[in-house]
Amino acid sequence: MSKIHVATKINGDTVEYLCDPRETLLDVLRDRLNLTGAKEGCGTGDCGACSVTLDGRLVCSCLVLGAEADGKEVATVEGIADGDELHPLQKKFIEYAALQCGVCTPGILVAAKSLLEKNPEPTEEETRYWLAGNLCRCTGYDKIIRAVLDTAAEMREAS
Amino acid sequence: MALDDQKSTLKFVGTRPERPDGLDKVTGRARFGADTTAPGMLFGAIVRSPHAHARIVKIDVSKAEAMEEVKAVVTRADFVNDLEYTPGGADEFWNVMENVMAGDTALYDGHAIAAVAATSALAARDAVKAIEVEYEVLPHVTDVDKAMASDAPVIREGAADHSVPDGLHPNVVRYHESGHGDVEAGFAEADLVIEDHFTTEATHQGYIEPHACLASLGMDGKGELWCCTQGHWYVQKYCAALLGIDTSQLRVTASEIGGGFGGKTTVFIEPVALALSRKANRPVKLVMNRSEVFRATGPTASASMDIKIGMKKDGTITAAEGTFRLQGGAFPGAPCEFTAMCAFAPYALTNVRQVGYDVITNRPKQAAYRAPGSPMAAFAVESVIDELCNQLGLDPVDVRLKNASREGTKASYGPRFDRIGLVETLEAAKAHPHYSAPLEKGQGRGISCGFWFNHGGETSVSLALSEDGTAQISVGTPDIGGSRSSMALMAAEVLGIAYENIRVTIADTATLGYNDVSHGSRVTYASGLATIKAAEDAVQKLCKRAAQKWGIPEDAVKWEDGHAVPSGPNAGDFDPLPLREITATMGSTGGPISGHFEATPEGAGVSFATHIVDSEVDPETGKTAVTRYTVIQDAGKAVHPTYVEGQFQGGAAQGIGWALNEEYIYGDDGRLQNAVFLDYRIPVASDLPMIDTVIVEVPNPGHPFGVRGVGETSICPPLAAIANAVSAAAGVRMRSLPMSPPKILDALDQADG
Repeated sequence: MSKIHVATKINGDTVEYLCDPRETLLDVLRDRLNLTGAKEGCGTGDCGACSVTLDGRLVCSCLVLGAEADGKEVATVEGIADGDELHPLQKKFIEYAALQCGVCTPGILVAAKSLLEKNPEPTEEETRYWLAGNLCRCTGYDKIIRAVLDTAAEMREAS
Repeated sequence: MALDDQKSTLKFVGTRPERPDGLDKVTGRARFGADTTAPGMLFGAIVRSPHAHARIVKIDVSKAEAMEEVKAVVTRADFVNDLEYTPGGADEFWNVMENVMAGDTALYDGHAIAAVAATSALAARDAVKAIEVEYEVLPHVTDVDKAMASDAPVIREGAADHSVPDGLHPNVVRYHESGHGDVEAGFAEADLVIEDHFTTEATHQGYIEPHACLASLGMDGKGELWCCTQGHWYVQKYCAALLGIDTSQLRVTASEIGGGFGGKTTVFIEPVALALSRKANRPVKLVMNRSEVFRATGPTASASMDIKIGMKKDGTITAAEGTFRLQGGAFPGAPCEFTAMCAFAPYALTNVRQVGYDVITNRPKQAAYRAPGSPMAAFAVESVIDELCNQLGLDPVDVRLKNASREGTKASYGPRFDRIGLVETLEAAKAHPHYSAPLEKGQGRGISCGFWFNHGGETSVSLALSEDGTAQISVGTPDIGGSRSSMALMAAEVLGIAYENIRVTIADTATLGYNDVSHGSRVTYASGLATIKAAEDAVQKLCKRAAQKWGIPEDAVKWEDGHAVPSGPNAGDFDPLPLREITATMGSTGGPISGHFEATPEGAGVSFATHIVDSEVDPETGKTAVTRYTVIQDAGKAVHPTYVEGQFQGGAAQGIGWALNEEYIYGDDGRLQNAVFLDYRIPVASDLPMIDTVIVEVPNPGHPFGVRGVGETSICPPLAAIANAVSAAAGVRMRSLPMSPPKILDALDQADG
């Protein structure tokens, strides 16, 4: 099967690749571009470990075809920190121990960042529902929710 | 080890520093099982049985082999063929081989039949479809009670070991019986005896990271394996046995691990990837998809249980008896003895008897899941105790306190308890504001105790000091949830140097002695103890160098707060010598300074917890919600309290899933019907409340700082505590898990008559 040429931007960098029409954006990120921060937990859009944004919209990259990224902008966990400065969410996740094994963390950080961009003052309930598409099996979510809410408060104070 | 040896003032242990691998894990840099590559790498995929039970008549691989992209196809013939078989669980190599790749019979839906390696993941998937397998479908059974019935199909003739009494179905493969006293006499003394039947379904560990590995094995029998596992020495041993190579010739490196909970304590795809690599003579990456994880790994055992408990009007338990039937899939190993032994462990009983049956069925081989066997026992036993309290009008915490196991109690499973903290957790529960908070209409409150043994296990740790006075520690237990932090804290405590100046590495199998799997809540206890001992070994050598320098006897030097100091006024008058000054010159004063420890620590120290749960039930839809949750558990000594809280919360959340939603659903055809996360619903953020924690610290006499493992006990009380809360809210006793909406509605309908 002939491959499709795709030109896209990933974390601000111009990227070109060839992909099989059947390959997902997640396959391309991980297997072709070596961006392994996004994880495949299910491949069916249920776990959110592969969360990225596509033109600013939060998506499961396992449900997007690699070919669909053509002409769009993709943002992954690898692009959250600004050089050597971690995003406030990243700092809080470490401080709060909002991760145990850490495999869901990239997806949760992408999703939480997307939440705070849309809603700088989320309630606990809003945060829980926004993150309901990101499964975590280790933490029971308690420390994750606290970390996100405290980040939001701190970012509001800083702005 | 006597308790008075334990350090009373701790500077580092008990603090909450940031974890050393935090940066890697929030930036996407941490490398998990599927996050690595090798030059010339192929992608593997596995052909799986669509039948619950079928004879494999023929496997035709010719079409797959003819594909240009396909570089290797393997079947059972590509593994060793001389593993010994004896009944029961004794020959686990044989059982694991049969599970990793079917022999002449497919034993469950999802059982591996063949595997391919191809130049891309898509090509491997296509090649799987090109492999033609001819099956002769056989009768199957997936339910534990049906598998024990006389008309059940026999899954493997002669699989029962010597423990099984005569007259039982051949699917009963192991039997356990224990207890003491005279239960019949005990029941006769009781004012009220309740006997009831309970069931739990199999649940999956549900780690978010599917099994993944990258294997490289040559015709010379030398190999490298990278994989996500809870124990890479186990992987090394089993892969070597299944492939017929020398153990030491296979170097296994544990990747970061995306959750395990017991499910990554064995091998599934690793031997297959090695066999493919050997045949193709190229590295092979093999990654499971989620459906494969559900169909062919884990899950826990399902259980059918009968409980009978007698109680006096004052709350004294006079006798307790339990029968626990567990199915663990098509192989021996369902933890029936653990279920039986844990069932009544929280209580000091004069008369107690427990019986366990390990039953095989056409389901995947069960794997350990967090305190394997204990949660279901607690569900059944603590439900009956709750009902006794209700009918006798007694407070459930008071009744548990009255009967609680204490130091010196002869445990239901035999030994006498050393110092334990059950009473302290119950007293903390009674004093907790949650226990006395008013309930809203439609809500119910439940409590439960839980017990787990904890484990020590074979452990090696090596610690090396650097010239600049920093330290590096090699441990062999994969870090599942922050253990690098706790190791560094314990080493800092002994060495007297900063936490940040210690680097902890999970060593590969070629660079450290054998280590048991990260299981049994053993890491902070056993690897922690080994880290402390290795650090003490290094400290002894540091003191020796100081003694040499000062020209005084070795025993005239002691270690204080990171410095060698004279042990008393008679030893001489020398300024304290800091660690970094000793290491700076170590090359010329005797060479590198390292510390080691290799042993099998035996003092793990059992652990108890008490949970309080509030729940509400919607009588129209049968939907339940957990509205408040408090975990109270004895940690012995919390090394890093934040991560201890995390273990408490995580266990409670998994228990909530097990109690309310999660179950393996098999159709009449024996196929798993819910092998995706959408249909096998683990708790999501919007399902749960905040989970409060109380860390009780009753020191474990078997650890220098008093540590008890905390990972597993936290999943023991939730099933029962939630069932008791839901039963109170619904006004009807729930006897079957999960308490899904249809079951709640059925129970409400039946109660209405």
